Amino acid sequence: MASKFFLIAQREYLTRVRKKAFIVLTLAVPLLLAGFGVFIAKIASSDNDTTDVVEVRDDSGLNVASHLVSTPQLRFEPAVGTLAEAKKGFQKAKHDGLLVLPAGLDVEKPAGVQFFGKGNISLKKQLTVETALNKAFSDLKMQKSGLSQEQLDRLRSKVDLQAISLDETGKEADSNALATSGTAYALALAIYLFIFIYGVQIMRGVGEEKSSRIMEVMLSSVKPFDLMMGKIVGIAAVGLTQFLLWGVLSFGVSSVLMPLLTGGDKPKTEVAAKPAPNAPEAASAAADEPQSAGAAFDKGMDKSAKNMNPVGRTSIFATLGNLPLGTILFGFIVYFLGGYLLYGALFGAVGAAVDDQTDTQQFMFPITMPLILSYIVGVSVILRNPDGPVAFWMSMIPFTSPIAMVIRLPFGVPMWQLALSITLLILGFIGTVWVAARIYRVGILMYGKKVTYRELGKWMFYKG
Amino acid sequence: MKPILEAIDVRKAYANHVALDGVSLEIPEGSIFGLLGPNGAGKTSLIRIITQITGADEGEIRFRGERLNPSHIAQIGYLPEERGLYKKMKVGEQLLYLARLRGLSRADATARIKQWLARFDIKEWAGKNVEDLSKGMQQKVQFIATVLHDPKLIILDEPFSGFDPINANLIKDEILELRNQGATIIFSTHRMESVEEMCDNIALINRSRKVLDGPIEVIRNQFKTNTYEVEGRGKLILVHPDFEVVEQKERENGHFYARVQLHDGVRPNDLLRYLIGAVEVEAFREKIPSINEIFIRRVRETMPETLTETANALL
Repeated sequence: MASKFFLIAQREYLTRVRKKAFIVLTLAVPLLLAGFGVFIAKIASSDNDTTDVVEVRDDSGLNVASHLVSTPQLRFEPAVGTLAEAKKGFQKAKHDGLLVLPAGLDVEKPAGVQFFGKGNISLKKQLTVETALNKAFSDLKMQKSGLSQEQLDRLRSKVDLQAISLDETGKEADSNALATSGTAYALALAIYLFIFIYGVQIMRGVGEEKSSRIMEVMLSSVKPFDLMMGKIVGIAAVGLTQFLLWGVLSFGVSSVLMPLLTGGDKPKTEVAAKPAPNAPEAASAAADEPQSAGAAFDKGMDKSAKNMNPVGRTSIFATLGNLPLGTILFGFIVYFLGGYLLYGALFGAVGAAVDDQTDTQQFMFPITMPLILSYIVGVSVILRNPDGPVAFWMSMIPFTSPIAMVIRLPFGVPMWQLALSITLLILGFIGTVWVAARIYRVGILMYGKKVTYRELGKWMFYKG
Repeated sequence: MKPILEAIDVRKAYANHVALDGVSLEIPEGSIFGLLGPNGAGKTSLIRIITQITGADEGEIRFRGERLNPSHIAQIGYLPEERGLYKKMKVGEQLLYLARLRGLSRADATARIKQWLARFDIKEWAGKNVEDLSKGMQQKVQFIATVLHDPKLIILDEPFSGFDPINANLIKDEILELRNQGATIIFSTHRMESVEEMCDNIALINRSRKVLDGPIEVIRNQFKTNTYEVEGRGKLILVHPDFEVVEQKERENGHFYARVQLHDGVRPNDLLRYLIGAVEVEAFREKIPSINEIFIRRVRETMPETLTETANALL
């Protein structure tokens, strides 16, 4: 009978894969995804790339301007002309603000510093300017106490917090909550979507067979169990094909699109990094400072660029490398297939039990409930506390474990829990397939009857 | 002839009712067998057991002497009452799929599909989706699917429902041809008149029990009432101890129709002789009971209490 099972699975696969809807969807989704991704990346990067330019008029005689450090988000440029001219000038130059350091400013008690902006000044802008000013004044004060610039640089330290996860054996691994949670979330979402999309397809397929009345013809050739499993496996193959194509195409499309859309941004940052060409006033104001103001700006920029550098990114990759990848992959495949088969059989049984697609609702609810629940609880509770009691119990119950456990996997799960959970999943899967096969067997030949739960219960005990 | 299929004391019960209550049958190889009875009598239940869709609770089915098992699927063709095909599948592919499920190799199946499509003159449909065909066309495709794997036993449930008269005749001819080639055919129907002239043997089923079976000629003779139909002109006044007029109708221009029953030992020629002296005889023939009449009589004899219900189901 194995060859019949194969024939059924093959038909289920081929008829679906050749459908126009499948081809369109398979091509459209990666384009949409990639387009969406590029769009988001573009917005995000444009948000980061815009550099606020603030002109500085330093009448204090304290050379505060040379201590104002530019960052990629905020650049200081010397203002030109008198105060009145400068007020007009920064607007004309489409700069974002004018910082005025009045004459006679006291280093110990700086008061009267003014910031002119166009329209309303955002809190964020004000904060960043304040932070820069505070730093400049503390630099000044330290310099006054006799420290050289070099000593100052050495004193100042930028601290990046490196989070390290420690397991029971004392092994250390870089831990990046973002990478771990992201992986967990992605795995859970993939399983959730797969079970939902293709589970419903199983149900529809059975419903179609039932309403087209081909069941009797089929059943005189094959066993109901083969028919059901053939459909489930065939549709799983469709889903895997689709996911695989989505993956490959999304990667392909985005690797083509990304440089096209974001490539133009690079030179801009370089331009921004260049020193302002004419900075006479600031230069003259920086009389007792050996470096030119432009160079000072440049230096600040360089420094900040160095500090900003991809510390975050490398640690994400480091974390990804430190995740229990083998276990995750193994677990993902087991829970992916186990969960799909468990739910797929139930979806098939629902399709068999009802005549009308509109009647599926009452039976769909108890099936989709644990699935939705495990997803929602998974991404809220379990993701935050992957070793808590909720996480533990949900990763043991076969109906919730496919999602709950894959969320826990990247955080590390004790071997005995994983083994127990998989055993329970396999038992649960055998159980639901058994139940589903019995409902299926009776249901597919039952027409024109509104089925109740009580009746489904009776079907369990019908003899072949 | 040796039976191709035997049912021995088959019993099948569902949750709320008994579908088959100790039914035994023998279906001779190479014959056309009518499985007759009103709706709900248990015909479909029996067929589903023979086609191995369900199993019997008790009793046994034997196929050529062997206990029925999945290896016999390839030798049985089944056209269910509920016709159905995959709507979104092409005719050719669908036939290939169904034939392969019945155990045919791809090459064999392809060759036979070609042959059958040519036989029905519908080669150009092979690439069409089933849903694009008319109902009559779909029926033809379904019939081909039933017989494609050259089954030794073909089971047709309500074979002519849904066919227009022309296609019904075409199918009838094909069925007879298949029988001539050695196949055994089971007709299952509640419309007994639609198949009675084709059947060699019949079994009547009512209320989950077999009420009568055997070769159709034997049954007919057994249920003959020695009644004759007379048509003619004149005034028929029968007063004779040997004959009894069961029914008499006056027609226009002095014509009449009458059904006359002969008492035991009286021969038709005696009646004819009498008639010739009395009226102008235009037609004289024996009234052969229809299966329907036999069925009702048989049911009346065996289970009178169910008769009204059964008769209603038949009408």
